[in-house]
Amino acid sequence: MVVETEIYKKLHDLSERIRHLLTNSVTVSIEPENLLCSIECNVDALPVVCKQLVSRIGLSFATMIVEESNEEWLIQYVFYSSRIHILVNVMVRQEIDNPSFPSMSSIVHALDWQEREAEDLFGIVFEGHPVLGDFVLHEEWPEGVNPMRRTFRPEMPYPHKETRPEWQPRRILQEPGAFMMPIGPIFSGISESAHFLLETVGEDVVRSIPRFFYKYRGVEKIAEGKHPMEVVLLAERFAGTSAFAHSLAFCHAVESIAGVEVPERAVQIRILFAEFERFRHHISCIEAICNSTGLAVAASQAAILEEEALRLSCEFAGHRYLFGLNIPGGLSKDLSKEDCTGLLKRTDNILKRLDRLYKMLQYSSSFLDRLEEVGIICTEDAIDYGLVGPVARASGVCNDIRKALPYKGYENVEFSVPCETEGDGYARLRVFFQEAFQSVMIMSQTIERLSDEPIYIPIKDYPEGSAIGWVEAPAGAAFHYVRIDSRGRVIRYRLTTPSFTNWHGFHLAAEGFAFQDFPIILATFGLSIAESDR
Amino acid sequence: MSKWVLKGLETGVKTTVYPEKTETASGVTQGRPERLELLKDKRSVVNICPTGAFKINKNIYEIDLTRCIHCLRCLRSPEFPPAGWTGDYEWAFSVSEKTMKGPFSHCLHIRVVDGGACRACLCEISQTGAPYYNIHRLGFFITPTPRAADVLMVAGPVTDHMRFPLKEAYEAMPEPRAVVAVGTCALSGGIFGRSFASSGGVSEILPVDIAIPGCPPPPLAIIHGLLILTGRRPSLSVIDKPESRRKDK
Ligand code: SF4
Ligand code: SF4
Repeated sequence: MVVETEIYKKLHDLSERIRHLLTNSVTVSIEPENLLCSIECNVDALPVVCKQLVSRIGLSFATMIVEESNEEWLIQYVFYSSRIHILVNVMVRQEIDNPSFPSMSSIVHALDWQEREAEDLFGIVFEGHPVLGDFVLHEEWPEGVNPMRRTFRPEMPYPHKETRPEWQPRRILQEPGAFMMPIGPIFSGISESAHFLLETVGEDVVRSIPRFFYKYRGVEKIAEGKHPMEVVLLAERFAGTSAFAHSLAFCHAVESIAGVEVPERAVQIRILFAEFERFRHHISCIEAICNSTGLAVAASQAAILEEEALRLSCEFAGHRYLFGLNIPGGLSKDLSKEDCTGLLKRTDNILKRLDRLYKMLQYSSSFLDRLEEVGIICTEDAIDYGLVGPVARASGVCNDIRKALPYKGYENVEFSVPCETEGDGYARLRVFFQEAFQSVMIMSQTIERLSDEPIYIPIKDYPEGSAIGWVEAPAGAAFHYVRIDSRGRVIRYRLTTPSFTNWHGFHLAAEGFAFQDFPIILATFGLSIAESDR
Repeated sequence: MSKWVLKGLETGVKTTVYPEKTETASGVTQGRPERLELLKDKRSVVNICPTGAFKINKNIYEIDLTRCIHCLRCLRSPEFPPAGWTGDYEWAFSVSEKTMKGPFSHCLHIRVVDGGACRACLCEISQTGAPYYNIHRLGFFITPTPRAADVLMVAGPVTDHMRFPLKEAYEAMPEPRAVVAVGTCALSGGIFGRSFASSGGVSEILPVDIAIPGCPPPPLAIIHGLLILTGRRPSLSVIDKPESRRKDK
């Protein structure tokens, strides 16, 4: 009860402050059970509201959610406060035949891509946005087709132009000898599909123009009309290398709609695997970094550790990428006592060898030369772009959702959030290593106090409602918004993923550095394109 | 640099014994659902499958592996007895008559294309080149250019935007060429199915020769697929008959 009144007080103070700052243009309400403060305002007041929330109250941007109903458009801008650990939700509405909102991207820079996405998928016009169009849907798609609209039928392949149109963004460099170097969409080696155009006059990349959504699978759309038990399969499979984190965020959302408290043991085992996944994910990033610099032995060593981690996942969770483990209401598989100690012991063994690798890398000057002072993102830019995860933490933005908005289970674990300030490739590598170490520490703390409860509580039916679930995925903050209708089906599923947020700022790191550094910078970001494209 | 050489030597040989022998290390595969005898209480297990991977054939429930997304529900559902499950990994099979026997069989160059995979499949493909699996020893190589490739390996349901790049890569390859579809997504669209944004499998775009089911298929299953293509291991339908199961263990 004490905790609840504390939250109530915080929310109350905040809402008073907001009322005071914004006087009569808004309606403010609070929901202490959801840690939420909601603000309703009209379209004209939106810029002032956003500005005050960000610059005066110091909130960080989480996600933007567009919803269409029969009569109106509803956009929710969700912010959070890492100081007092609550969410703030700004709601604006517009009549259905007037899909026009002011662009907020000049106030909240992270909204830039969010608005471009909504323009393509919903046909909403954001007045004042500098570049709309050709983002999610490439040129093959005719104008005016917006797949996220209610009327659009997703079941069949969409018939569109068969010729492959060329993508020709505007060139800015006019000097003699300036040219554009295309990379992708099919890269060399085994890599995900994306397209980069590097504009250059010779050695250095002056501008890097990315083009994503080659892997757009319409996850948000195909989730509509499905039962949460089916959508959870999508949640873990749209980004397979952080499957557990995303299915967890989805489960958080639907469990909070259903009003279900999962048993303590399920919460703890979820932390265990979430941290194990982070551990494996970071090893895989380290491998990619070693590989990009051509340090073959180190890359092989990291690959060995990664494979061992995958085998451990399979042995203890039944799946090498932890699929099928999270279900709304808990977990599908329990761990015995021996399992827990076995998992921890063998993870520790991997950790020791990872530590040795770290020490060796720190003294490999040829390796460090490729990473140090390469691909720099300064703190101001990281804040401005709202970057998240290890990338932000390597640039001095010490923000971690596990601390900023602690979710179930993390209240009682002690861990530190590794932070570096240089913002270069080497800083990111160090953050990956240190976070992997922290993850194992969290695992061992969790195993120590594992409780004896069931691991699953069945959810009989889902009431109408909506909720946001969040986690710190291996690559950073992820927010899943779910709305369930009266039939218990998902009618809106919105994913804001760390890769999407961070690719937005990737060009900052690539620009001003030499061509041959590009693959290295790409690797040090440790991002997934599947996670960004959805 | 010498310390790296030493480090490499110190690590020793990690590589799997497959295909000479059966790999028995735990965790190399998540296994797969098996055919079931028609039992009354198994019917509900069948209904639980989210992708309809179970098919009824006379008195047997057969599994359509090209649809199984490894959700493990038929194994773990709290309400029903579990379906049959086997812990093997040799489950790739050939779809066409094409093989790459003869001069090609120990020097195969593979171009990997991501057709919208969730990345787990791609990670498993990368693992085949890492020390634990090391496909180079079997004469398989990943090549950056389709011009030098014999095999096009595709993962993912082939999204709408990847159709053209995929076709172009295929057309750039010299004959003889083969297409290997990796993962349930590449075989049937998997969880993403057939929709406005994904074609529902590689075979909608290109002729597929080898199918490697699994979500994701473990590295050993991918190697098995390549071995089938080069005529060095039999395909699943042959292996699956109990009498022809391998006896070495
Ligand atoms: S693992 Fe899942 S998809 Fe595969 S057969 Fe069983 S229930 Fe169906
Ligand atoms: S088959 Fe499974 S693992 Fe492979 S790309 Fe599809 S969803 Fe991912």
